[in-house]
Amino acid sequence: MTDTEFLLWVRGPAFNVATFILCAGLVIRVLEIFLLGRKANLAEARGSAAAGGLRTMLRRFIPDAGSFERSGFTVVSGYIFHIGLFIVIFLFVPHILVFESATGLSWPGLPSNIIDATNVVTMIALLAVLIHRIKDPVMRMLSEFNDYLVWFVTILPLITGYLAFHRIGLSAAMLIGLHILSVELLMILFPFTKLSHAFTLWMARWYNGAIAGYKGVQS
Amino acid sequence: MTANGMPAPAFAASAPCAPPTGNLVPLLHEIRHALTRWLEQGEEHVIDLRSIPLAPGEEDSLLEQLGAGEVNARLSILGPSDIIETRYPGAWLITHYNENESITGRFIEVCEVPGILKSQADDIRAGLERLEDQLSYAETTA
Amino acid sequence: MSKDKTLGETLQERGISRRSFLKFCATTASMMALPPTMIPVIAATLEKLRRPSVIWLSFQECTGCTESLTRSHSATIEELIFDTISLDYHHTLQAAAGTAAEHAREEAMKENHGSYILVVDGSIPGENNGYSTIAGISNKDMLLDVAAGAAAIVAIGSCAAFGGIPKADPNPTGAVSVSDLVKDKPIVNVPGCPPIPAVITGVLVQFLTFGLPELDQLGRPAAFYGKSIHDRCYRRPFYDKGLFADSFDDEGAKKGWCLFKLGCKGPTTYNACAVTKWNDGTSFPIEAGHPCLGCSEPDFWDAGSFYKALSIPTGDIGKTAVYAGTAGLVAGAALGASLRARKQSAVKNHERVTIDDLDQES
Repeated sequence: MTDTEFLLWVRGPAFNVATFILCAGLVIRVLEIFLLGRKANLAEARGSAAAGGLRTMLRRFIPDAGSFERSGFTVVSGYIFHIGLFIVIFLFVPHILVFESATGLSWPGLPSNIIDATNVVTMIALLAVLIHRIKDPVMRMLSEFNDYLVWFVTILPLITGYLAFHRIGLSAAMLIGLHILSVELLMILFPFTKLSHAFTLWMARWYNGAIAGYKGVQS
Repeated sequence: MTANGMPAPAFAASAPCAPPTGNLVPLLHEIRHALTRWLEQGEEHVIDLRSIPLAPGEEDSLLEQLGAGEVNARLSILGPSDIIETRYPGAWLITHYNENESITGRFIEVCEVPGILKSQADDIRAGLERLEDQLSYAETTA
Repeated sequence: MSKDKTLGETLQERGISRRSFLKFCATTASMMALPPTMIPVIAATLEKLRRPSVIWLSFQECTGCTESLTRSHSATIEELIFDTISLDYHHTLQAAAGTAAEHAREEAMKENHGSYILVVDGSIPGENNGYSTIAGISNKDMLLDVAAGAAAIVAIGSCAAFGGIPKADPNPTGAVSVSDLVKDKPIVNVPGCPPIPAVITGVLVQFLTFGLPELDQLGRPAAFYGKSIHDRCYRRPFYDKGLFADSFDDEGAKKGWCLFKLGCKGPTTYNACAVTKWNDGTSFPIEAGHPCLGCSEPDFWDAGSFYKALSIPTGDIGKTAVYAGTAGLVAGAALGASLRARKQSAVKNHERVTIDDLDQES
């Protein structure tokens, strides 16, 4: 298979398969949670569940002082690589074109060299996170195969993206192809690992907030 | 004018200015070193300007800097070629054009006189033959 | 066909001065990105060049490559070299036709067996040999026959190098490239649709002077195909700054911004267009405002639309997502229903333990 054929395959049938698995998988996961339902709360409402839910969805972006004290490293490094991922994925023009082709929506991007620098910072943050996971005794004890797998499929597109952008080592078609392939791997594993938190966290935050809001307490 | 000396077509968007490469000063230093070496050891040096990335404005800047000295020769060798001694004696600027007046090569030579300016042994031989033929014809028809 | 005279002698005869020859060697070295110290080497080698015999076979091609070559004006000496290289057979350019032409070819092959250069343009039908024939001989048979006695083969144009247009889906003639059929001779691929004229002549001159050039993994001379268009493009600063043209002739396009969004294949295309350019260095597609088609790469006709950016998937992803979502809804609803059923049956079958039960067990 030539490099061009490989690139065409990852842009063609492989991308279709990955998209199908990602979308179907996510819908199934979310539906599963919804359809399981919750027990009805027979007490009288003392506040608004909806207001609590909405507020909590946004308030949880700010870490509370306690978790910052207990695990400051996790909080800071987590913020860095999440924000970095957001910038690199959603604000790089070639990526915006992919979203545009799927949804029709487009938005302005950042200069490519800023994206490149952000990528490097994000990869460093992810490496730091891994080292912490291995060295901290509690984290090491808690970690299982899935945790390391998820870390790997997250950093792999960043690494292949860096190599493709700087055209290091292989032909351009091969590097871009490998980058897209690594993204497809991420897409396929997304619904079946803890990566799905990207979608389920909104539900979790809503529920927590709604329960508290219903009871009339702060969340 | 485009970089190769062709007139720019009227409908072409004016080329956006590319950022400077910073190769100008190092190039002048290379010429300086070459001139020094020639004075000390008689060693010649050739620089192919095509091999050094220069933004369009920078090449003009370089030519302006080098200027023109005492010698200006135009050769007709399958298209014109200009050989000028720059304002720094020993540093010669050679520009080759093809028959369509497009630039096909540009060199800076540090030497006493560029080799291509000198008469070549093969050409002298061929010319001598022609002269001898001419003379023998003149003698027989005298 | 006398091959006794060297190139140097032929030039002398034609009244080309040695100065002119030196000028040619200097400009050739510059074009091939060789250091000036190589100029005397090129001069010494070229002037001793004896007229190598060249046989040019044209198969399934549009003649664009021959056209490109005959437009090559970069140096008259290159034209002379072509006169000198004894183009013993060129189907399109030669005056002879029919049996006389074929006879000339066979004579040249016999006389120079093992040392002639075979130049090919056009793709070859690999299977059904009736699709393209010359003088009743199928392209494939002619190629293999002539290749057997060649010293080396130069495949000019994307058709000969990779199969080109005829190979595009659905490939009705079963077109293949030269390297698909000939396995035992050195092959230099000079792709492009067409290749830049100066590159064609440059490769041939380089080949005649130095022998087989350094080739990349696709058999292309690294001197001309070593860098991608993207890496030498003058619009690169705009790509780096994230300034793109959104459509043809819009504000960004008029300002000369990067054409990535319009489908430019510059990043994955290796050729000399951005540096050597076309029409004696006048311009090249991107400079004229059109995205690069990637014509020097294999299967460029089937590489997704010319106008779809490289990062975009070729299929209809929106549609796939909708189908997937629908399938997910169905599967999710079924799963959800079965999970609820399990939950309800678990609740129903839940056995309450009383303290009496515990007392009895102990």
